[in-house]
Amino acid sequence: MPDNVSAFHLLLTGDPTLFAIVRLSLLVSLSAGLIAALIGVPLGALIALTAFRGRELTIVVLNALMGLPPVVVGLTVYLMLSRSGPLGSWGLLFTPEAMVVAQALLVTPIIAALTRQTIEDLWVEYRDELAAMNVGPWRRVRTLIWDARFSLVTALLAGFGRAAAEVGAIIIVGGNIEGFTRTMTTAIALETSKGNLALAIGLGTVLMIVVVLVSGLAWAARRAGERFAG
Amino acid sequence: MSVRTSSSDLPIRFLDVDIVAGDVTILDRLSINISPGAPTVLIGPNGSGKTTFLRAAMGLIAPSGGRITWGGREVSVPTRRAILLQRPVMLRRSAAGNIRYALAAAGVPRADHEQRVTKLLSLVGLQGLEGRPARRLSGGEQQRLSLARALARDPAVLFLDEPTASLDPAATKMIEDIVRAVSAGGVKIVMATHDLGEAKRLAGDVVLLHRGRMVETGPVDLFFAAPTTREAKRFIAGELLI
Amino acid sequence: MIFIHTRRTLIAIAALGLVLAVAPTMAQEDRSIVVASTTSTQDSGLFDYLLPIIKQKTGITVKVVAQGTGQALDTARRGDADVVFVHAKAEELKFLAEGESLKRYPVMYNDFVLLGPKNDPAGVAGMKDIGHALRGIKDRRASFISRGDRSGTHVAELALWKDTGIDIDTEKGSWYKSIGQGMGAALNTASASNAYVLCDRATWLHFRNKGELQIAVEGDRRMFNQYGVMLVNPDKHPNVKKLLGQEFINYLISPAGQNDIANYEIDGQPLFYPNANQAGA
Repeated sequence: MPDNVSAFHLLLTGDPTLFAIVRLSLLVSLSAGLIAALIGVPLGALIALTAFRGRELTIVVLNALMGLPPVVVGLTVYLMLSRSGPLGSWGLLFTPEAMVVAQALLVTPIIAALTRQTIEDLWVEYRDELAAMNVGPWRRVRTLIWDARFSLVTALLAGFGRAAAEVGAIIIVGGNIEGFTRTMTTAIALETSKGNLALAIGLGTVLMIVVVLVSGLAWAARRAGERFAG
Repeated sequence: MSVRTSSSDLPIRFLDVDIVAGDVTILDRLSINISPGAPTVLIGPNGSGKTTFLRAAMGLIAPSGGRITWGGREVSVPTRRAILLQRPVMLRRSAAGNIRYALAAAGVPRADHEQRVTKLLSLVGLQGLEGRPARRLSGGEQQRLSLARALARDPAVLFLDEPTASLDPAATKMIEDIVRAVSAGGVKIVMATHDLGEAKRLAGDVVLLHRGRMVETGPVDLFFAAPTTREAKRFIAGELLI
Repeated sequence: MIFIHTRRTLIAIAALGLVLAVAPTMAQEDRSIVVASTTSTQDSGLFDYLLPIIKQKTGITVKVVAQGTGQALDTARRGDADVVFVHAKAEELKFLAEGESLKRYPVMYNDFVLLGPKNDPAGVAGMKDIGHALRGIKDRRASFISRGDRSGTHVAELALWKDTGIDIDTEKGSWYKSIGQGMGAALNTASASNAYVLCDRATWLHFRNKGELQIAVEGDRRMFNQYGVMLVNPDKHPNVKKLLGQEFINYLISPAGQNDIANYEIDGQPLFYPNANQAGA
């Protein structure tokens, strides 16, 4: 990316490097968010609805994992995927796939914990009524997830936002390789270290716009939900 | 429609039933029969165990002592019973959606849903409100929708826990009219109420509960005209509060 | 009804997303190598300039993972890189001695400069002897930023203190700030806190946030910064792409490659001086 050109200029002229970076950021974070959702939502619902020994402790740990430091996750995944690590033969280090894995690990606890809280709150509300209608366990889970869908979407968007904004994990497992594993956040880190502060801030603004759009989506989803279900 | 009896849940028999929660005894060696026919109305002060009785008769709570039988059976799947809880919760769906849900939960095939939903909504006077989010309905409308949900199960026995407690007279009348119609259609009604007037209007039999025990029972006219127990007399006079 | 379609759509989006994410890397799988190098080299812009040329001339896609020298060598030791390209000769020779590579090739050099604030609190600007300058900084307790990250620059800095007869580990004070980050971060910090910092000339020329920093000391022979390239030993790490890696190295030391390196300039000044043929480099 050229040094003394503003980020908006790059945006307006359709600079391919910038667009490749934005595209990669979205793909990595969306994929990670989706994987985290596929694992986190059922997991959260399961914890919310089943009684098991150590449930309270599990919830405390799950909530704490929302604050997993990205660098720690990055380092751990790096050591796993390194050639001299247990999964080295997969050859995944320094690829976007590794970035998706690291971010999925970061985001899954967030989605699971938020799902757990949402489903549990709704369960407290619905419990008697569902018992009165003699609703079996499978239908119960589906009902709770469906009826809580707007809150769950908010949780998903929270997870995505977290992934889109982080840099610590993906810069370690991705290597910030130009054209392959360079995303918005890692590019900002790079340009900052090169002293291209204006460009870095410009890129940061573009990233913020994406994050604000995501937040706007979450807000719109909630509003639509409230309007529909009352 | 005739009164349903064969392989039915009636009569429901409580034999020395205790229900205890922690240190508190809610039902105390309660023995009572619920037989087919006109509505059975439960009355009694707060905390007398009316709600717990209804839930136990529905099959939601197991007795700590004693036995409950449905049509002679100790274990009974609640497919032909339905209950309207004291504070019914609307699902986050439309009015029609709530009924569709109840139908699906009761195992009614999807093809029959549309028709049944329409019928049930008009039965409770909510036609035209199919698409309205259920949480946006008024108190009275929500109560009627819950009634429709309960009736979606096509029950032979319908338990109602103070269905008109929070309603104005107009809404109360609507509910009572529906209950009367449903009862005339052959469904056994078992209803708890705070309103003695309502008991007089709807009951075949009255059951007075006090501190988890059955104090007195009998046909409604007889009960109010000539109560035999001291508690019954005091309750009718409005003096029995707890 | 709607629920089913929503579910299907979500699965489709997920699948599409994963495919799109995977597709580009799969395409490049064939002629690519991973080169572990340093942040200073990356920050100098050399790779932005050189890699497209290499791609054009050899068809090799070079993926540069830029870290500190120590980290880069460790990455190679773990077998996560095919080639390592750093500038810390002592560390590189150690790497060779460990058998992690079979041969080291000198490529180019640039020099370090001592940068300092324009108002020169230590009074060392213009000195010709880096030793005197460092001693001056220490004696006046002027702010000094150290990379502190086992990078080539950091190793060079430590060697200079030692050479001056200062045991920096015991003699440092609050004026000596070790930040554990790359050259760019060190320059940003020095610029913002009016401190002295050792930097390679290439990165300095390329740096866009110079602030009040200027070159205080340059030209001392001891500030010479030699770059070497090594192929990671394929006997130790069978996954190393030895043919492509060697082709990359061959290009760097070839007359064409050396010429390309010499032609990399900023504001008319070359950043690196090719010396692949220099004995003992």
